[in-house]
Amino acid sequence: MIRVMLPQHLRTLAQVSQEVELPAESAKTINMVLEALLIKYPILRGTILDQGSGQRRPFIRFFACGQDLSLEPLATPLPEAVLAGREPFRIVGAMAGG
Amino acid sequence: MSEVRVLVGTQKGAFILTSEAKRSSWDVRGPLFAGWEIYHMNGSPADPQRLYASQSNGWFGQVIQRSNDGGQTWEAVGNKFAYEGEPGTHQWYDGTQHPWEFKRVWQLQPSLNDPETVYAGVEDAGLFRSADGGQSWQELPGLRAAKGHLWQPGAGGMCLHTILLDTSNPQRIFVAISAAGAFRTDDGGLTWRPINRGLISPGELPDKSAEVGHCVHNLAMHPSRPGILFMQKHWDVMRSDNAGDSWHEVSGNLPSDFGFPIAVHAHEPNTIYVIPIKSDSEHYPPDGKLRVYRSRSGGDEWEALTNGLPQKDCYVNVLRSALAVDTLDSCGIYFGTTGGQVYASIDSGDSWNPIVRDLPKVLSVEVQSLP
Repeated sequence: MIRVMLPQHLRTLAQVSQEVELPAESAKTINMVLEALLIKYPILRGTILDQGSGQRRPFIRFFACGQDLSLEPLATPLPEAVLAGREPFRIVGAMAGG
Repeated sequence: MSEVRVLVGTQKGAFILTSEAKRSSWDVRGPLFAGWEIYHMNGSPADPQRLYASQSNGWFGQVIQRSNDGGQTWEAVGNKFAYEGEPGTHQWYDGTQHPWEFKRVWQLQPSLNDPETVYAGVEDAGLFRSADGGQSWQELPGLRAAKGHLWQPGAGGMCLHTILLDTSNPQRIFVAISAAGAFRTDDGGLTWRPINRGLISPGELPDKSAEVGHCVHNLAMHPSRPGILFMQKHWDVMRSDNAGDSWHEVSGNLPSDFGFPIAVHAHEPNTIYVIPIKSDSEHYPPDGKLRVYRSRSGGDEWEALTNGLPQKDCYVNVLRSALAVDTLDSCGIYFGTTGGQVYASIDSGDSWNPIVRDLPKVLSVEVQSLP
């Protein structure tokens, strides 16, 4: 299982309380994990990736294994520890104003 | 009528205020969608239990919420607002052309007779329509063909903030866009034309004949006289007696004719309300006194309504969508402030009381009068 951690507002929208789990075979890259997430929770469509451009929204960040993956191409493979379910893939709302 | 429901959108969530017809005690429910900006929340005239809300923030973008039970429960519906065809460009601050980019929904206006049909006014300025209860949205691109390449964002963004549906002619819709002007369609939204003749803004728009570029803050009409429009412009309160073909100023004796909202009394089509703000540089009431001004003559002659409103040290603003009226026999007037107060008058403005005092910054107020 891939473990995905969502920011509070997206957990509320998706009506989940803790981590989201996705099948490991469906998510080898950042883009694949996001697509699997949106298939399971279509309510999140447009809240992480821009609906028009398909790119990461400006104040969304991606972290895993202590690394900031936000600026990596969406086709970047996920770290092995994420694929193995030992570490979560974190979707974070950036600190940006009060 | 047995109940009034006030729909309040704030910078940090939505609130629903309800009262029996006497409007003497209020139940305050919220925050709904806590932490999100609720630019607008509105009910269907055809089915008052059907509500729509525009939920957004800078991190996660736009969500549209829909309720079928008067706001008890909600479901998120479609949030894809794609401009029709090639989005094209509008004027940017430096005079160059800039691509149209969707940012948020400013106003949701349900159809007068079909709860499934709802219009959305968006930033960057455009008008969308849904015929399936908000599940999917289609642009009415003819609006941006009305000299859209000359529209330029103002300080608040290039937003379509006001949508008025003509009560006697389903083919006619009026909209207003910040820093672009007012526009009208007479064919159900297929084609549009600017309706800004008579608007004069020498400080901001030296060209008196400019068809677009006028900073219209809000429009209002009475349902019994849809050909008569009232406008709060950046500066100037204006009136049109010919559905916007031409406008004349009715600011009269107002202490300042700068402001944001304008509203019409539910039962007196010639009674209108504005809330003067000191200036475009100082967005608070003149002299620190929060005063609603009422004209019973359709403009020009105004009286200050102060009973119950703070008359010293008050420096809040009232935003363009934050003034509304109910339709009870004794017409209620409601407005919300940037300081989080929602004031109500149950006697057409003669006296006021706060329903709540400490909400987040109020972005919008709508009122439903329920049977």
